[in-house]
Amino acid sequence: MNKPLRRVAIFCGLLVLALLVRVNWVQFVQGDELKNDPHNRRVAIERYSTPRGNIIVDGKAITGSTTTDSGDFKYKRTYKNGKMWAPVTGYASQAFDSNQLEKLNDGILSGTDDRLFFSRTVDMFTGGKQKGGNVVTTLDAKAQKAAFEGLGDQKGAVAAINPETGAILALASTPSYDPSTFAGMSNKDAEAYSALQKKNNPDEPMLNRALRQTYPPGSTFKVVTAAAALENGLYNDVDSKTVSPLPYTLPDTSGIELKNEGNIPCENASLREALRWSCNTVFGKISADLGNKKMKDEAEKFGFNDPKIDTPVRAAESIFPKDNRPQNAMAGIGQASNRATPLQMAMVASAVANGGKLMKPYMVDQLVATNLNVVQQHTPQEMSRPLSPENAQKIQSIMETVVKNGTGTNAQIPNVTVGGKTGTAQHGENNKDNPYAWFISYAKTDKGTPVAVAVVIEGSDTLRDDIAGGKLAAPIAKRVMEAVLEGEK
Amino acid sequence: MSSTTNTTTIGTIGAPSRRNTELAMLVFAVLIPVFAYINVGLAKDGSVPAGVLGYSLGLGLLAGVAHLVVRKWAPYADPLMLPIATLLNGLGLIFIWRLDQEPSLGKAMAPNQLMWSTLGVALFLGILIFLKDHRVLQRYTYISMVIALVLLVAPMFFPGVNGAKIWITIPGLGSLQPGEFAKIIIAIFFAGYLMVKRDALALASRRFMGLYLPRGRDLGPILVIWALSLMILVFETDLGTSLLFFGLFVVMLYVATERTSWIVFGLLLSAGGAVAVATFESHVQVRVHNWLNPLELLNGGVTETAQAMYSFGSGGILGSGLGQGYSRLIQGIAPKSDYILATVGEEVGLAGLMAILLLYGLLIERGIRTALAARDPFGKLLAVGLSGAFALQVFVVAGGVTGLIPLTGMTMPFLAQGGSSVIANWALVGILLRISDTARRPAPAPAPSTDAEMTQVVRP
Repeated sequence: MNKPLRRVAIFCGLLVLALLVRVNWVQFVQGDELKNDPHNRRVAIERYSTPRGNIIVDGKAITGSTTTDSGDFKYKRTYKNGKMWAPVTGYASQAFDSNQLEKLNDGILSGTDDRLFFSRTVDMFTGGKQKGGNVVTTLDAKAQKAAFEGLGDQKGAVAAINPETGAILALASTPSYDPSTFAGMSNKDAEAYSALQKKNNPDEPMLNRALRQTYPPGSTFKVVTAAAALENGLYNDVDSKTVSPLPYTLPDTSGIELKNEGNIPCENASLREALRWSCNTVFGKISADLGNKKMKDEAEKFGFNDPKIDTPVRAAESIFPKDNRPQNAMAGIGQASNRATPLQMAMVASAVANGGKLMKPYMVDQLVATNLNVVQQHTPQEMSRPLSPENAQKIQSIMETVVKNGTGTNAQIPNVTVGGKTGTAQHGENNKDNPYAWFISYAKTDKGTPVAVAVVIEGSDTLRDDIAGGKLAAPIAKRVMEAVLEGEK
Repeated sequence: MSSTTNTTTIGTIGAPSRRNTELAMLVFAVLIPVFAYINVGLAKDGSVPAGVLGYSLGLGLLAGVAHLVVRKWAPYADPLMLPIATLLNGLGLIFIWRLDQEPSLGKAMAPNQLMWSTLGVALFLGILIFLKDHRVLQRYTYISMVIALVLLVAPMFFPGVNGAKIWITIPGLGSLQPGEFAKIIIAIFFAGYLMVKRDALALASRRFMGLYLPRGRDLGPILVIWALSLMILVFETDLGTSLLFFGLFVVMLYVATERTSWIVFGLLLSAGGAVAVATFESHVQVRVHNWLNPLELLNGGVTETAQAMYSFGSGGILGSGLGQGYSRLIQGIAPKSDYILATVGEEVGLAGLMAILLLYGLLIERGIRTALAARDPFGKLLAVGLSGAFALQVFVVAGGVTGLIPLTGMTMPFLAQGGSSVIANWALVGILLRISDTARRPAPAPAPSTDAEMTQVVRP
């Protein structure tokens, strides 16, 4: 009986060996994969076990962390003045993931980024609790406050850039939301989150209008059309007369007239006068004369039709369409299928202000490890040159006229050279919806050009004519520029 | 029983009893769980748990008494089995107590488990004291058969718990898992039955394609057992018990007859039966599906199977440390019983889990070594039956929880929470110790031979 017994002993040994092999497979070979599986709740528990790193503006954190007693996640995110900063930070919620800077820099903020390896290793030996690094932004708290408070109860957005570097100074969107309200994972958080969703709140408070919403840019786009005219040699002098009949009939149509707002002196007006009065006929004709290709090329140099404008939060793609002649003429005055984000229009103003050189917009200056070592430093990058320096000077000069004695007088700042352009974009079928009021501008001092800004206000129901941009949007742009200039001093 | 020369446990005259080895091992078996207990307390609350003195004295006392009884009543018993059982049971108590610290897992179960363990040790001692010779059990062959049948069939008439009918519920008293006891009793029946029938089964056969085919009438018992295990599978939806009994029978049949053909038959029958049942039994299909897709989401939620896998994976090589894992995430029905191995894997890691599996392996091999050493066929068959059942159970449970085979509702011997299991397994170890004591006991000195003188070689 002993031979089969020995075989049974071997068989039982094999059973145990199979188990040993299996646990090695599960715990060693598959171990890391299982450990980091997104459905493995330990990943989230670990993630929320230490305070999250912060997002910094002007040396101060605009985010924080607090301990919770609900569930197994120890820390949750808090925001200081969350509504104002939401378009910058995005949100980081235990239940609803995260977005924008919180998402893109999650590795740094939660401390799992490989670039934090060294400080993490040091922490491990010194017994320090692992903690995320910080994200230092380029934003200007005063400018952001001016933008957010300027928008107030209106629906709209502000984007402000430093034209010399591309650093984003303000990024406001209203109505906004406080990401603190759903940072945790309780039922209350879920209710708050659900109430903010589009289907429950038609105002879409979670939409980042400054980066992620495109609007017809309206008359503000005439700056780009003027630039195209100069760059392509259609006109060389902003003060000599253009060939602009009035009334002007759209090309390839049986007598459809392109109208101006009111009875303004647009016939054969110089570029300066045409921009000052915001002549649709002049710029519509320029666009038609240049043709779709040249207009599109110039718009693209300003950043249109680029689906990857990453600040690092990706901006929605602004569109200058490929279109037929009448539509192209309309696109030249910022209508038809022409769409732009507020950031895009701020880029237009900034390229003009910066002598024709467009800097790549960015809002993260540094990523800093726990031990304050800089992990990553942004260096300003040139994105393109939509204008020659001479032509940039010319456009500046006519934009300054708009503010000095045109539609943009509301943006005047004493002792500061301000250039700007108003816009009132119609939308909806037969323009039945309330138009969008636009204003883009830049401010120049003898020290440089520290700010370019774009403001858009949706649904200005009281004012349907072209002064809406000057009335509603220009004062906000002015406050933002003043805030930046104040900081410069 | 022919060749026993190359087994070292065979007692020759004056063989060491190894009781002191056992005592030394027992010291470790008590100290390791005590340290583990302190470790959990420090990790969870930052302080040494209040119960540590009581627990260590209690465990020490149990181990001490067991040792003294073995020393007195089974002095030549195997020195490793008692320490291994003590260590596994002690660690099991710690893991259950550690899971008791998670409020989300319901009421505390460690105190009850401690009581059941004490009862188990008491039964173990009772067996050593009152069962002077394991061959007594041979007398109860057919009574054992009846009892085993009753125990196996009874759960069919009680309501199922979580999809498996493996419980006998006595209102007011609690519930009993008869399969655990049936495992021992049926091993006694098989041993007694096969000892008598082995010659008939082994020799009366025809040769066919290199295999010895048994006669039709000898096939009867194996077919009855096969039908019974399929019935358990179908009516009690208990894959584990079914596999255990059929596997046990095949192993014992093979040992008794030394015929490989029985294994071939056994494997064919069990594979056929399993496939047949799996085609129409949804419970089995679900288990197989979960086994093949362990990480699949169920209604958007993470399944227990997946949680167990995450536990193992997150433990990695060295584990999170006792009390520092998150195996509480394995909610559901059995984090302290069926899934306790996942907690072990997470908190003491691959290293700890392998150590525990090796302890089981060691216990199993000591059992089979006892079978090798035993001098009587009944003892051999019983010892291999008990060890084989234990081995199959360990394999079925650990394999199921780690995803090697489909999960079945059984408990890890000694480690997992469950009164029936711990009591039955202590009894099992008790019987094995009795057999090994008998096997290693020095044979009585031969009576002086009267004609010794005459056979002396006289050298010139």
